[in-house]
Amino acid sequence: MAISNRSPTGPQIFAALATFVLLAGCAAAPPATPAPTAPPATKPAVSAAPTPTSIVAGPNEMILSTTTSTNDTGLLAALLPDFEAKNGIKVKVVAVGTGAALKLGEDGNADVVLVHARAQEDAFVAAGFGINRRDVMYNDFILVGPAEDPAKVAGLTSVADALKKIAAAGAPFISRGDKSGTNTKELELWKAAGIEAAGPWYNAIGQGMGQTLTFANERGGYTLTDRGTWLAQASKLKFLKVLVGGDSIAQNKDKALLNPYGVIQVNPARYPSVKAKYAEAFSAWITSLETQEKIAAFGQSQYGQPLFYADSEAWRKAHP
Amino acid sequence: MADFGMGAALFQLESVTRCYGARCAVSGVTFDLRRGETLALVGPSGAGKSTLLRLLNFLEAPSSGVLHFEGRPIDPLASSDLPTRRRVTTVFQRPALLRQSARENVAYGLRLRGLDNALARADAALERVGLLARAGDAAHTLSGGEAQRVALARALVIEPDVLLLDEPTANLDPANVRLIEAATLAERRARGLTCVWVTHNLAQARRVADRVGLMLDGELVELAAADHFFDAPTDPRAAAYVIGERLA
Amino acid sequence: MDDLLKGLLGALRLLVSADPQVWGIIGTSLRVSLTALGLGALLGIPAGAWLGLRVKRPRWALALLYTAMGVPPVVLGLLVYVFISRSGILGSLGLPFIPRLFTVEAMIVAQALRALPLVTTLTMSAVMGVDAGLKQQVLALGATRLQLAAVVLREARTGVVVALVGGFAALISEVGAVMLVGGNVAGQTRVLTTAIVLETGQGNFDRALALGFVLLTLAFVGNLLLTRLQAVSAHG
Repeated sequence: MAISNRSPTGPQIFAALATFVLLAGCAAAPPATPAPTAPPATKPAVSAAPTPTSIVAGPNEMILSTTTSTNDTGLLAALLPDFEAKNGIKVKVVAVGTGAALKLGEDGNADVVLVHARAQEDAFVAAGFGINRRDVMYNDFILVGPAEDPAKVAGLTSVADALKKIAAAGAPFISRGDKSGTNTKELELWKAAGIEAAGPWYNAIGQGMGQTLTFANERGGYTLTDRGTWLAQASKLKFLKVLVGGDSIAQNKDKALLNPYGVIQVNPARYPSVKAKYAEAFSAWITSLETQEKIAAFGQSQYGQPLFYADSEAWRKAHP
Repeated sequence: MADFGMGAALFQLESVTRCYGARCAVSGVTFDLRRGETLALVGPSGAGKSTLLRLLNFLEAPSSGVLHFEGRPIDPLASSDLPTRRRVTTVFQRPALLRQSARENVAYGLRLRGLDNALARADAALERVGLLARAGDAAHTLSGGEAQRVALARALVIEPDVLLLDEPTANLDPANVRLIEAATLAERRARGLTCVWVTHNLAQARRVADRVGLMLDGELVELAAADHFFDAPTDPRAAAYVIGERLA
Repeated sequence: MDDLLKGLLGALRLLVSADPQVWGIIGTSLRVSLTALGLGALLGIPAGAWLGLRVKRPRWALALLYTAMGVPPVVLGLLVYVFISRSGILGSLGLPFIPRLFTVEAMIVAQALRALPLVTTLTMSAVMGVDAGLKQQVLALGATRLQLAAVVLREARTGVVVALVGGFAALISEVGAVMLVGGNVAGQTRVLTTAIVLETGQGNFDRALALGFVLLTLAFVGNLLLTRLQAVSAHG
């Protein structure tokens, strides 16, 4: 006579395993792709696209490798038609991280680069990969934090002083912690302030600028952000305000927070295939007074202030 | 059958009906179950015998009619009636044992009641059904007859006033049938246990019962002393049933 | 293939070297998953037993349960997010027992909400699978409803263990909700899955793979332990 009691059988254990696999499978989300960056953001943590190694430019084409910020802000889209119309050249824009953008030039895969990493740019030229570096423009970083400002840093003109006070107060600081340009800049600033950024008050979240600002807003923390992303998101960040760096680039008193962009032509002596004439034309055009006026005005209508500050030689001569 | 001190009515049923939707498994059953007696219920499958046992075990309530235990109705769901409900138990045809040792199975009813020495008492009960040697064995290793004897020990160990048996020996060999009948009889002698025994086996009914009732289509059509039931049934349907069973 | 091999070696090296960061991440993963599973089981097992024992299961409860099962974890995370955010319905009240966003407690809440319908449904199925004759027998022996539920759960322990194993696997491998409400703070709310996303995003495939192998191993060991437990309990 059959009795209802059973010991676990093979099928039962199999069922357990199958359930496990099934549920594990359900839960596994696809790997997160970097969140779409808000329009005027600096380069995101991760460039989803692998660095292209061979980009073919047609006869009347040239390749510009640049950081994501110039592309994502819409700056290039606003400027380039003018260049293309005047010269009859189509510009292919490859927008990647600063390191990858320079690498494209190093390998002769781009004709001109537009990036923001002064030390790396100088090394790039010194190594003979590029020629004729010119200042183009700059944007800046600002320190934002909770309106109640527990570390009392509002109004300080030096970001280093502000960071020291934040660390001394043990107030939460939110770091992107994603090895991005902004994260690199932030780490340089801590180093310059002589503070080891570690401890329970230091939150490295490994996420993009947008998420980092949201995090700071939620947790009442301080963070370093580029002004573009801040301006784009400020309306949603009601618990945060700008504490160091002022309300516009013009008000930013700390040179350490400025973020200069340079244009470099890839050295044709090294790579004969480089379209040297086009590169020279581009470099001259983007630093020309006419283009600089457009850069200085870009963003004015949307945010009431420019996102980039024109800074070429021609501009400086015209606006001493 | 010997008189074990049968007394007043323990259960009183008046027109007890139990319906599931339009179908009534038990309809208009009226009888008294006397303290200390053994009543055998016979009848074809589907006649309502098992439903009647569930009503007597307070596992469900009548749809209509009166079912009194010691002169008052018992609510299957009321916690205040729990002590009364616990004075009745059932051994079913299939010995549904827990996935534990034989000893733990027998001790289960004692543990439910929070009684002391559950394991020692379980062993004593197992001894009475000849299974002390297998007390530590897992339930699923027992044979059908052994499992049913464990089920009987599990019912007897809580010393119920009323034991309901629902075809407990239907699938068992003669040796196990005898053991189960003997253990039940011993309990009647010792404590005056009241029994209701549902069976298809008329010989068994005659062996164990003081009175025999016949159920057909939910109704109790005949209820008489065992001798009377078999030798001179009043109801023609009972007469036909007794003869039919004999012929079969 | 090279990445895979490097990942495997990296995983071994990470575990052997007792890298405090990695062990911290493992610890947080386990703490969040097990606490959430415990909370989910605390409510889900009784709820599943209650539903499984009812003759007529209320339709609204089943509909709610199956809907909850179908909610993608990331949506669950989003809901928790908007509720406990500083400007959210609950978060704006500033109540002391409402966890703040980007804390381990917030992750536990989201994960417990994920575990609850899983554990409830699987427990319900297991309880429904227990022999009806046994339930009747237990009641005939004088069990109260509560005692019936307890013994039926004990009989259904195989299924309940499956529910817990499944719940653990689902929780420890979940990424969307914990990323949203946990915020992936290094040394605080970073767990294996979010660490893997981060390392992959930075191109550190070997480190990401190493953490992936750790996750797999953890799930496998957990599974193994529980199935052993189940084998033992089935004979208890």
